Amino acid sequence: MSSAENSYTAKDFSSDQEVKWCPGCGDYSILKQMQTVVPTLGIKKEDLVFISGIGCSSRFPYYMNTYGMHSIHGRAPAVATGLKLTNPNLSVWVITGDGDGLSIGGNHLIHLLRRNVDLNVLLFNNEIYGLTKGQYSPTSEFGKYTKSSPLGSLDHPFNPLALALGADATFVARTLDRDPQHLRHILEQSHQHQGSSFVEVYQNCNVFNDGTFEAFTDKKQRPYTTLDLKEGEPLIFAKGEKGIRLNGLKPEVVELSEGFSPNDLWVHDSSDATKAYILSRFFDESLPRPLGILYQEKRFTYDEALQNQMDKAHEILGAPDLDQLLRGKNSWTVA
Amino acid sequence: MSTVKELQKVTIHFAGDSGDGIQLAGSQFTNTTALAGNDLSTFPDFPAEIRAPIGTVAGVSGFQIHFGSVEIDTPGGRPDVLVAMNAAAYRKNIPNLKSGGVVIANTAGFDKRNLRLAGYDDEENPLDNKPEELQFYEVDITKLNREALKDLKMSPREKDRSRNMFALGFVYFLYSRSLENTLQFFQDKFKSKPEVLEANIRSLKAGYNYGDTIEALQRYRVEKARLPKGEYRNITGNQALALGLIAAAQKAQLDLFYAGYPITPASDILHELARHKNFGVKTFQAEDEIAAITAAIGSAFAGGLAVTATSGPGMALKTEGLGLVLMLELPLVVVNVQRGGPSTGLPTKTEQSDLFQALYGRNGEAPVPVIAASSPADCFNAALEAAKMAIEHMTPVILLSDGYLANGSEPWAFPKSEALPEISAPVMQAADENYLPYARNHAGVRQWALPGTPGLEHRVGGLEKEDRTGNVSYDPDNHQKMVELRAAKVSAVAQNYTPTTLEQGEPEGDVLVVGWGNTKGAIKVAVSQARAAGLAVGQLHLRNLHPLPSDLEIYLKGYRRVLVPELNNGQLVHVLRSQFLVDAQGFDKIKGQPFLAEEILTKIKELMPHE
Repeated sequence: MSSAENSYTAKDFSSDQEVKWCPGCGDYSILKQMQTVVPTLGIKKEDLVFISGIGCSSRFPYYMNTYGMHSIHGRAPAVATGLKLTNPNLSVWVITGDGDGLSIGGNHLIHLLRRNVDLNVLLFNNEIYGLTKGQYSPTSEFGKYTKSSPLGSLDHPFNPLALALGADATFVARTLDRDPQHLRHILEQSHQHQGSSFVEVYQNCNVFNDGTFEAFTDKKQRPYTTLDLKEGEPLIFAKGEKGIRLNGLKPEVVELSEGFSPNDLWVHDSSDATKAYILSRFFDESLPRPLGILYQEKRFTYDEALQNQMDKAHEILGAPDLDQLLRGKNSWTVA
Repeated sequence: MSTVKELQKVTIHFAGDSGDGIQLAGSQFTNTTALAGNDLSTFPDFPAEIRAPIGTVAGVSGFQIHFGSVEIDTPGGRPDVLVAMNAAAYRKNIPNLKSGGVVIANTAGFDKRNLRLAGYDDEENPLDNKPEELQFYEVDITKLNREALKDLKMSPREKDRSRNMFALGFVYFLYSRSLENTLQFFQDKFKSKPEVLEANIRSLKAGYNYGDTIEALQRYRVEKARLPKGEYRNITGNQALALGLIAAAQKAQLDLFYAGYPITPASDILHELARHKNFGVKTFQAEDEIAAITAAIGSAFAGGLAVTATSGPGMALKTEGLGLVLMLELPLVVVNVQRGGPSTGLPTKTEQSDLFQALYGRNGEAPVPVIAASSPADCFNAALEAAKMAIEHMTPVILLSDGYLANGSEPWAFPKSEALPEISAPVMQAADENYLPYARNHAGVRQWALPGTPGLEHRVGGLEKEDRTGNVSYDPDNHQKMVELRAAKVSAVAQNYTPTTLEQGEPEGDVLVVGWGNTKGAIKVAVSQARAAGLAVGQLHLRNLHPLPSDLEIYLKGYRRVLVPELNNGQLVHVLRSQFLVDAQGFDKIKGQPFLAEEILTKIKELMPHE
């Protein structure tokens, strides 16, 4: 998408439909940032397509004044694949949630990621089923009390980024609904990436799971609980007081005031798959939660590989001749 | 010296272990027979296991071909000739053989071990106690074949792999066939394996020459069939279906997008299409059946001719996707190559038991046009019609085939591309200020606005649509209206049907036999025999199962009795009874096998009025 006319504003991407998420929902912020970012990406409005499944997050396409499809539960990655393979010029965005993308649609998600179809997946993770009014989801913590788990959930939760890396995703990132700037940056990077981009967005459900990411979004706590990944820079958090170093393959939190310098620290390299996996395992309270791009790799995309095959077939088999095809190799004539 | 006798038609059944290469021998005999100008019909019948238990009756693979100098409509009832490579193949098929029939038995397959595995007592070799009315050629094919290959550097096991070609060569001799086509086939197939090539050539010729050597052998000749003028090729149902889809895409000037998940007996459609990417055919092997249909829906949204094919269990998984696409009002062809059900059922056997599933198997009020193919070559026309209907009416269409049509073959008078119907896709070319996604034309069809077209940006989805705008609507009156509009759109499809005609018979009579799908050939033979016997019987075969043609009722009511033979427990008969209040009678066969014409004829006679 080189130099499409960039005279769009956020307003051009706002549809005429009334937005019907609960007041205070984190989805509003994500919608706003998307509408703010897309005019800057150089994509023609008619080339943008949003495909969703079912759930609160999946209402998203109705609010974007672009092409869009609110499909069925969990299947958006497959719908988007067929769309992109048929028209590779489109900029395709899959909008999904933790239930849609990781439970009913888990299979399609991992196969999309391994194929590396050139499109973007935004997974709004609120760790709860919202639209069905509050059951535990595949990312809810073990022991969570909900309507469907009055004695506590027995499910071990998914780690979405570890799952994406396990599926050999070529772009894996995490961001937050409450940090518009970070969110916009990740959306831009996701768009720039050639291949399947997987972006987990921590999103607050203020009705059924309010404050579940409070520790990461609250301005006071965030510096101590999260780690902002910056390419080529050492892993430092807690307002410069702490860092992460690697002891073999084991990450350790060190105090920079206690004899450690930034030179001792792990330097972020998003092309290192092993380190990306270790970062994805920063998943309990002993380590800060990484935000930003954990992993990025340049690998051929499924859509371009398919196009190559199509071109090759044309070269080898020649221009299509329907009559020759129907005749086959062994025909005979009855006179 | 052998003498040559002229025959009008013959049915040969090749049978052996599922690793014996029976399907290859059968298909080679078929291709040679087609090129010799006979009319023919074939029926491969094999176990679901790749290597079913060796030597057992359950592991027998069969291939039946019916060919002749006269018109051939079925793969034959009882065979005239049985080629039995082992005792199990003999045991399974001998009861079906015609009186006076010929058995070619590989005696090496009747040793103690094979007899035991086939369930014969150790002492009892059926070849020692042969039915007198049959004629036997007992040949130690294994030994003779090894002898023919003795100087080749191959293990006995490797040599035995080509003994199917020895048997084929012998049958070629009996039926005065040329070896040329099969020799050419070897050259292409084994060109990188000179040893295997040599073995197969020698085996085929050794079998042929063996026939020439033994004395007083009765040979046969079947003259060319008097088929209508034209160019022909032999084709299976799955191949024909794939070509029909490609032809439709060419005629509609759309790219074909085919998404499928491997499933018996539909996979050959995917295999065939994957070979023709130069026609702009994109094939996508999806992670599951649901991904296959939803990827196809994504393609339809983008403007592809989207198709997915499966069999019963996969169809069950596609149900929700079908509901979505009919709500989106996008074109999609969903092919169900039916097999024995329910659940995993009988994967390699044939059945027509998914008709109710096609007609009704969705949540909500969800009508979908349903089309059925009636012969292997007819799969071409059926696919073309299904695609044209889907595109021009912006609707999913279910196309029913089945295992018998899919794997069976027959000569096909293939059409010229210019004679094929044009297909006009209702694609919106340019922005229109007044564009409404769910505005309809006179036939109730909305327009196809493709992503990438400026000014037509819109959203679709599975939530109920507001009439015309397509916005989400929970309005009670709107819901009723939309249900009615969608139903009316599907009903309107029937306006383009060609008028219903009888295959045979007068507008009025005693028994009208109504069929759909693969039963057409067997019914045709049964009805023509009944008519030859002076009975007032007619045949009507349905192409469109939903909506049913509006002129059907005249015929149903013109006969005293209506007989509906089906390979299920009575599905179409149920529909006809409820829709037309006609006292139609079912005739059901649910054995994983097609009808024999004689079974239908017997039933017709039972229904004839006794006066």
